[in-house]
Amino acid sequence: MKNKTKVTLSAVTIAIGTLLMLKANAEEYPVKQVSEGIYYHQGVQEDANRDNKGEIANTGFIIGEKCIAVVDTGGSYLEGKSLLAAIRDKSDLPICYVINTHAHPDHFLGNAAFKETEATFIGNDKMPAAIEARKSFYETRFSDILGPHFEGTEFIEPTQLVSVDNPITIDLGERELVLTSYPTSHTDNDLTVLDKKTKTLWTGDLLFVKRIPALDGSINGWLATIEKLKAIQLNAVIPGHGPAQYQDWQQAFDAEQHYFSTIREQIRTIINDMGTISDATQTVGLSEKGKWLLFDDYHKRNITAAFTELEWE
Amino acid sequence: MNTLFKNMGLTALLSFFLLPVLSMAADEPQEQWQTLKEIYFENKTILEDADDWLVIEAPKRAEDAAIVPIHLYSKKTQTASSYIKNLHVFIDNNPMPYSANFHLSPALETVDISTRMRVDQYTYIRAIAEMNDGSLHMVKRFVKASGGCSAPAAKDQVAAMARLGKMQIRYRDGDSDEAKPVQVVISHPNNSGLQMDLKTRGYIPAHYVEKMQITLDDKVLMTIDTGISISEDPSMRFMLPAGKAGHGLLKAEVTDNKKQIYTIEKHI
Repeated sequence: MKNKTKVTLSAVTIAIGTLLMLKANAEEYPVKQVSEGIYYHQGVQEDANRDNKGEIANTGFIIGEKCIAVVDTGGSYLEGKSLLAAIRDKSDLPICYVINTHAHPDHFLGNAAFKETEATFIGNDKMPAAIEARKSFYETRFSDILGPHFEGTEFIEPTQLVSVDNPITIDLGERELVLTSYPTSHTDNDLTVLDKKTKTLWTGDLLFVKRIPALDGSINGWLATIEKLKAIQLNAVIPGHGPAQYQDWQQAFDAEQHYFSTIREQIRTIINDMGTISDATQTVGLSEKGKWLLFDDYHKRNITAAFTELEWE
Repeated sequence: MNTLFKNMGLTALLSFFLLPVLSMAADEPQEQWQTLKEIYFENKTILEDADDWLVIEAPKRAEDAAIVPIHLYSKKTQTASSYIKNLHVFIDNNPMPYSANFHLSPALETVDISTRMRVDQYTYIRAIAEMNDGSLHMVKRFVKASGGCSAPAAKDQVAAMARLGKMQIRYRDGDSDEAKPVQVVISHPNNSGLQMDLKTRGYIPAHYVEKMQITLDDKVLMTIDTGISISEDPSMRFMLPAGKAGHGLLKAEVTDNKKQIYTIEKHI
């Protein structure tokens, strides 16, 4: 009798404890519903550091009748675990897919947290090569930047691959997602996720909202991709960084398009006039300053990248 | 063997031991230079008296450590009696600090060169002008950047390999009486040997441009010994001698460490 009470008590304690933990997690790692069954966590609009624990990119999940798909897992194993707890706070369904929108560390380094689930990891077919080429560089950089928050982080590559010309459809049970890869844009391995049911699009870093877009692929490719994405009929858009967009979602793409077409035009003029990268970084796109967060951190870098691409036109 | 790499083994070894110490003692960045100076200049005197005529421009903080724009120019015109014979460029804390040697002809007239380099750690970048009389004059700049040599190459790996060896000579049309900028650029990965290979998980073997020679009407304007400090797609922008634009055949010949030779020529 005494023993039984003890057992019950501990069970209650554990249950309360678990609830408190879930609650604590929900406060620390809040997720917001964008459309029915679609949740995202908005990363902070900063560069990765120890204070923000590298939790700078948007992550989230889509719940079907049968199972759940995760879209991007965050910047570390620990962030992946927080996301997993946030998912479990909403649903007990199995996680059948982990979708990575591209091989940047803030988006896929949480993959290890989903290793124990039955999930299949999906990505652009150029993503494994991109991870291999950058792994040691990222590992050194981010273990240094994040310190203890990097603990347990692994570089897990997608095994189901999506090529540019062959979008795939996956089914979560009464919920079909279309996964599309793109020619080199933000990176050479971008992928989007379209929920057909609610017409919600996860863009990965093909769309930055408020934060300045970072060019690590091709300015010409990215501008072409923006045109394609703007032509889709959508109700909501979840960018790689910044808040989800609803009826005015096209304006977010317009801002990004304006930024890149402005700098492209000015860089082309400088190249045609035999100017240098330094000439370009000092004069190009200054009208865009003030419109974007982290402008000083990325703008000149974007110009450098665009310049070395455009001089081969 | 390329003169630039004569002492590579030794410097690489020194870098290996010295760099960790240096990165801790960031306020003593001159230490590495003392060693480099002994290796490459023995006991010759290097004057630091050139600030009013020799200029090295580089960003204080590099935006992209793999592509750091460097601009070198002299306010003195090259003449047969007084000219910069060699312009040595050192990036103290790079794995291969001796980054380039520009062998310059008096025929070049104007020394005004822009290129792009990798910077691996916070470092001094130095330009040492070796005059035809043998005197040495140094200017330097401190640059904050890191990771340029081990940074992953090519943003678009497939596209970069597809255009390997493609070259361009670019120049500005117009009045031929003044010095005109010309750019020679070659598409080449210029692998540092410090980037990881995606399949073997080992390091991608170094594959870099070793030498660039630029001639105008068969007269050598400059020959450049280069190495892994030069960015992917090596680019050299310089000034044509005054009055030469409009009637000359400019040729560029590029040799990489696999002894592949790439050439381009253009009437300008």
